[in-house]
Amino acid sequence: MSNPLPEHGSGGRFVRLAETERPTLRLVIDGAPATALEGDTLLVALLTHGRRVRSSEFGDGTRAGFCLMGACQDCWVWDEAGQRLRACSTVVTDGMTVRTTPPASLWPVTPEVAARERGEVFR
Amino acid sequence: MTSPRVVVVGAGPAGVRAAQVLVEAGVRAIVIDEGRRDGGQIYRRQPDGFTRTHAMLYGSEATKAQALHHGFDALRAQIDYRAETLAWNVTAGQIHTVHAPSGETATLDFDALIVCAGATDRLMPVPGWNQAGCYSLGAAQIALKAQACAIGSRVVFMGSGPLLYLVAAQYVKAGAKVEAVLDTAPALPGWAGLRGLLHRPRLLLRGLALKASLRRAGVTVLNGVVPVHIDGTPDGGVSRVVARDALGAERSFGCDAVGLGWHLRAETQLADLARCEFAFEPLSRQWLPRIDADGRSSTQGVYLAGDGARLLGADGAEAAGRLAALAALHDLDHAHGRTLFAAERISLQRTLATMNGFREGLAQAFPWPHAHAAALPNDAVVCRCEAVTAGELRRSVFEFGSQEVNRAKAFSRVGMGRCQGRYCGHAAAEIVAAAASVPVEMVGRLRSQAPVKPLMMSAQEHE
Repeated sequence: MSNPLPEHGSGGRFVRLAETERPTLRLVIDGAPATALEGDTLLVALLTHGRRVRSSEFGDGTRAGFCLMGACQDCWVWDEAGQRLRACSTVVTDGMTVRTTPPASLWPVTPEVAARERGEVFR
Repeated sequence: MTSPRVVVVGAGPAGVRAAQVLVEAGVRAIVIDEGRRDGGQIYRRQPDGFTRTHAMLYGSEATKAQALHHGFDALRAQIDYRAETLAWNVTAGQIHTVHAPSGETATLDFDALIVCAGATDRLMPVPGWNQAGCYSLGAAQIALKAQACAIGSRVVFMGSGPLLYLVAAQYVKAGAKVEAVLDTAPALPGWAGLRGLLHRPRLLLRGLALKASLRRAGVTVLNGVVPVHIDGTPDGGVSRVVARDALGAERSFGCDAVGLGWHLRAETQLADLARCEFAFEPLSRQWLPRIDADGRSSTQGVYLAGDGARLLGADGAEAAGRLAALAALHDLDHAHGRTLFAAERISLQRTLATMNGFREGLAQAFPWPHAHAAALPNDAVVCRCEAVTAGELRRSVFEFGSQEVNRAKAFSRVGMGRCQGRYCGHAAAEIVAAAASVPVEMVGRLRSQAPVKPLMMSAQEHE
């Protein structure tokens, strides 16, 4: 007994089943405009638009959260200021901007990075 | 005498009932809650603006959920309730907290600490479970209860325990498509399990009715399955669950989401940091803090109640929370508290004994399938946080001689990731024990480390 594979890549992962009459909020995900409903967590906003929250730092593919109760820390994303947000326990606010990769520019610039940015070889 | 300083951690069934006792005795308690609102996980309250009724959200438990929520609302003016606050460490007579939204920290002195930290899902790795679209059973339920969402458009639930059937039935009722319910436990519980389950006959019948309702809805329900793997792609996430049925035939179920869980594991980190003694509980094969019949831990002034101490479920948690708070007041020589304790102790202990009989039945009817952990292929990811495999964990035994989980953790990093061993720790212990050919209680338990969850670098000490 084998079922056909579901389609991937289109639409969201989570499916809304009720409570869809709430006011709409606007947010920006990785630079692209998106909408959410008032009372949504950031995780729900991300996963009603796409199929991933972030990519594993260990090379085993995309991640989309796991426990939804603040225990597994699988759903970390970042705001524009570089502040880490746990998507499952963060409530969406209107105008919120999130990114699903850490803002690298906010890491302290080490001498070799500074040299590379100047186009020099660090010695 | 000045009023004793009592801190309650958690605002689920145990924490709310503990706080209620303190209010009855005229003690203004501090209640630390990681949630935005009271209710804990089981009676989690939906956000403002959601309109589903208690009956829709909590089914047969609606009356209890409502009673707990109303009970807590009535306490609010008489307690210091700190929502969205993590208790991240315990030191002698002090608990350390951080308010998540502001990053403000606080150190609170206590005369009595009542820890009602609850539980998380207990997970068994399945090859492929690190892919996007795999969730814990609790996560599947939270998505529905707190956000009115299903975790996918075609869901397979796999694991064991009452939550497996409850979540699947809730999904069907809410209109989600459930492809299959795959239980690793056999269809019949055996006499010992049945005897335990008969401690709460009505609950047992409700469980059987849930299973029957799934079958009526056309959901494939299989017992005695062995998980084989979860197929998918690194970009797209899960696409199929493959398992062997009770007859050994391979069955495959296409899906775009998987809910996994094998009953629960207690959140014991704060008890551990408070230096409470632990004991191995052979029936459930997990380490639990020692408590006496009233909820006293081995550390003076520290009391433990609810699923974080004994996995008795919500009704048991309510009784345990009440009893632990009464014991704390008794020990603090609080006059009114002593009277209440004397009046209620025996009846609360009797309730807990019934709940414990049922718990033993559940542990036998829905056993933790430890042999699956021992049999995991070497390339299966055990630690989801850092994608560490069973093979790497076994190497810490075979090449580095680890016969103890904390040593194995140091060599392999299993248990060192951002979940701090919550989702890999139990399976890792089974893998290490099997590789070292020793009983699982001999390999010990992962030591808890403060902070019990990752903190922000920007956390500020609040003056």
